[in-house]
Amino acid sequence: MKKKILIVDDEPNIVMSLEYAFKKKDFLVYIARDGFEALEITKKHIPDVILLDVMMPQVDGYETLKILKSNNDFNKTKIFFLSAKSKESDIEKGLLLGADGYFTKPFSVKKIIQNIEEQIA
Amino acid sequence: MSNYLLFTIIICYLIMLFILAYRAELKRHSKWINNPYVYTLSLAVYCTAWTYYGSVGIASKSGIDFLPIYLGPVIALPLWIVLMRKIIRISKQHKISSIADFISMRYGNNRAIGALVTITCLIAVIPYIALQLKAVSETFSIMSSEESYVSTGFLDDSTFYIALVIAIFVAFFGTLSTDTSQRRKGIIATVAIESIIKLTFFLIVGIYITFYLFDGTEDIYQQASASVNFKQLATFGKLEDGFNWLFTICLSFFVLFLLPRQFHVAVVENDNQKHLKTAIWLFPLYLLLFNVFVIFIAWAGNIRLPSSLNHDYYTLLLPLSNQHLILSALVFIGGFSAVISMIVVSTLALSTMVSNNIIIPYGFIKKLVEGNPLENEKRIKAIRRLSIFILIIVSYFFYDTFSKELSLYSIGLISFVIIAQLAPSFFLGLFWRRGTAKAAILGILIGLLIVFYKLLLPIMSQVIGIANITSDSIFSIQFLSPESNAFMWSILFNGFAFVTFSLSAKGNYRERNYAELYVNDQNYANLQEGAFVWKGEAYVDDIKRLLNRFLGETRTNRALNIFNKKYNISETEEKADSRLINFSEKLLTGSIGSTSAKILLSSVSKEKPIGLIEVLNILEESKETKASNKLLVEKSEELANLTSKLREANEELRKQDKLKDEFLDTVAHELKTPITAIKAASEVLEDTDMPDVLRQQFLKNIEQDTERLSTLINNILDLEKLSNDRTELEIKSYYIDSTIKKSISAISHLANKNTIKVIYDKNEDIIAEYDEDRIIQVLINLLSNALKFTKPKKGIIKISTIIFKDFIEVSVADNGKGIPKEDQNYVFEKFYQSKGQNTKKPQGSGFGLAICKKIIESHKGDIWIDKKYKKGARIAFTIPKKVK
Repeated sequence: MKKKILIVDDEPNIVMSLEYAFKKKDFLVYIARDGFEALEITKKHIPDVILLDVMMPQVDGYETLKILKSNNDFNKTKIFFLSAKSKESDIEKGLLLGADGYFTKPFSVKKIIQNIEEQIA
Repeated sequence: MSNYLLFTIIICYLIMLFILAYRAELKRHSKWINNPYVYTLSLAVYCTAWTYYGSVGIASKSGIDFLPIYLGPVIALPLWIVLMRKIIRISKQHKISSIADFISMRYGNNRAIGALVTITCLIAVIPYIALQLKAVSETFSIMSSEESYVSTGFLDDSTFYIALVIAIFVAFFGTLSTDTSQRRKGIIATVAIESIIKLTFFLIVGIYITFYLFDGTEDIYQQASASVNFKQLATFGKLEDGFNWLFTICLSFFVLFLLPRQFHVAVVENDNQKHLKTAIWLFPLYLLLFNVFVIFIAWAGNIRLPSSLNHDYYTLLLPLSNQHLILSALVFIGGFSAVISMIVVSTLALSTMVSNNIIIPYGFIKKLVEGNPLENEKRIKAIRRLSIFILIIVSYFFYDTFSKELSLYSIGLISFVIIAQLAPSFFLGLFWRRGTAKAAILGILIGLLIVFYKLLLPIMSQVIGIANITSDSIFSIQFLSPESNAFMWSILFNGFAFVTFSLSAKGNYRERNYAELYVNDQNYANLQEGAFVWKGEAYVDDIKRLLNRFLGETRTNRALNIFNKKYNISETEEKADSRLINFSEKLLTGSIGSTSAKILLSSVSKEKPIGLIEVLNILEESKETKASNKLLVEKSEELANLTSKLREANEELRKQDKLKDEFLDTVAHELKTPITAIKAASEVLEDTDMPDVLRQQFLKNIEQDTERLSTLINNILDLEKLSNDRTELEIKSYYIDSTIKKSISAISHLANKNTIKVIYDKNEDIIAEYDEDRIIQVLINLLSNALKFTKPKKGIIKISTIIFKDFIEVSVADNGKGIPKEDQNYVFEKFYQSKGQNTKKPQGSGFGLAICKKIIESHKGDIWIDKKYKKGARIAFTIPKKVK
């Protein structure tokens, strides 16, 4: 069965590259432009991996993570933050909220894929 | 009128005064007593029976010669106020209680001067008081119907008893406190009321005579002009008369300061220097009112009354001869009140002088040193009361023996000339440091001698009946009146002697010290106890014992406690310093006068003489210390001010710093986004299997993101430039219409793509001065924002202009989702991150509006969000038509 990944980011160009890369790795890719859309999608699908941008309009990444973590359905889902916020304190905050990883922008697509494949193997 | 009725009236009047004075003492702090009007009315003690009756007498005989006595004060009052400020300041600072104290302190607390001034005042004022008694006695006999009544001795003379009652009044209300620098509210209140009474009654009788007995001023003038010597009475004489006037005006100005009663009401009883401001207009007005009817009463008397009657009493005789008893009784009371207020204040002032400047320093001081405080207080009060009684009794006998023959006017003027002898040492002492005690004594003595020779000798020879001595042989200018002659020559020689002797021999350091304090009083005002330089040895215990004798233990301890606290002196300190000496001297001055205070303190201390130069140096030093202390306080205040400003600036900097951090964060974030996109796309492009269409798409994305990056960088640079005012605008004249059209065409491609309508509501075309590129930048920014937030196909963007007198308003409105309320106040702030840290701004660099704001501001215009616009967003800006 194909692994499912949800990419949440409001930058279409970034999303486009990630989408291509993960499809190439045979993932089933879902896309959301903000936290709100992400939560809508997760009502129907339970992804194995979620890539979550922090700074988004309406519902931000932190908020989305909290909501997802409160739902037992997503116990097995690996959630990673993608953010331009690269300060130690920001990363720490993200991990403390329960994220499985924190990728700072600009990130390497290859490294993200490598990291995620290791974690879900 | 029967004697009994008259007595009843007098007694009722006196009882009223007692009650009034008593009530005023009880309510010392009431504003009814402490106000500028009471102060000014008390100054009107200047108007005595001399004014009330004597002016009319002189007017009936020699025309308007009565006027200069009142014109002097009226003309010179502005100067009086200026000098008075200084005199009051000095007097309050040194607790001065009489003119003798004032002058003797100026010359180093010289005992001889104090005594001489007192004696001069006695010589001048006793005959004056006698005259007041004479006025009472004579008016009494005019009012009395029992013409057969002839007094055979003082025991059955009513005037004697009236004098005694006045003495009791003064003795009671004048010596309530041993401290003579304390105000006598009771006495001042009665003096003020009596000033109202005498003026009112005089005006009533004036109106009665002019408008009831005659048909107004015109009528009196007509009838009077028929008389033989009228011309002389109604006109001003030749130039010679002018000199007489000049001297009299000058004389009356001097005595306004120097008469003991004037000094007392104006200086000693002054509570508040601001009261002078009322006196400056009210006092001249009072004097003028008092003189309005004088001439008419005099003419009326000349017309209606036989010339054998005493002209001085026309005021009383006119209503009496017309059977208007009540009116004449009012006149009588008015005159009586003028007499009483004069006697009361004069004896009060004189008795203080006699006790503090003669009796205590010359005889009683040793007794006082030995006595205990209660005894001393009793003794001092007894001395003062005794002085009051002696003064009034002496005055009575003077009147009884000498003054029956003299007119009110002449004695009054002689009094003035005698008092004026104090003028050189008084006035020059205020402004000239060199004046010395010896010179002052000599000047006064020489002046008195000349007055004695010119004025008193002829009178005495006349009264006593020895061969008629004429004094016309020397010191005489033919056309001057005897008084003017005496005044001119005596003052001339007095002043000359004072100046010459002062210049020929220097005074001692004490004199020089006080001279400095008087002349430069404002400089030393805040030195207080440091103002007097003293060197020597004294023990606190001795001084304390001394103070105990006069003030009692509780008051002494309280005073010393205050002193120690003020100067931070330990209570165990044994040796006294100059400040304590000075402080104690001041404490004692109130009770026993400054001369005695000085004598007492030197009895418990070993004073070392100091050189004059040293005195001046020390004074200068303490002045400087005081000044530098003041400077220090000012500096530290300034420092505190600076610190708080610094704190504010720091706060502001910190805020700026935080903003800068946020700015950098935002910038970094904004830059990272396209870089991330480019990096990710490049990585993906490495895949060789990628279909061509996709490859093209990715390449296009990279191009887009690069474009975005460079725009961003340009924007940041732009904003920084604008923030630092480094950009120079290229201001030229443009048509605003064409500028708007250029901006629209720049975005029309994008608008057409999304089928958004752009409407330009063209107004009248107008030329304005601005940098067109910058304004186009603003417009494009606003238009792109509008495009971003309106929906494709439905969007309508409207640009409109309003032309005002000096500026143009341009607005861009859309029908998009509008700007959230919470953001409206912040969107122009650079790098504001809309609501919270983690939500992202809508598309774009986020700096656009901040840049717009900077551009408009550098054009001296304004940019704002129209908060009332509900259909979408409307942003408007103004630019001036002309850049100044």
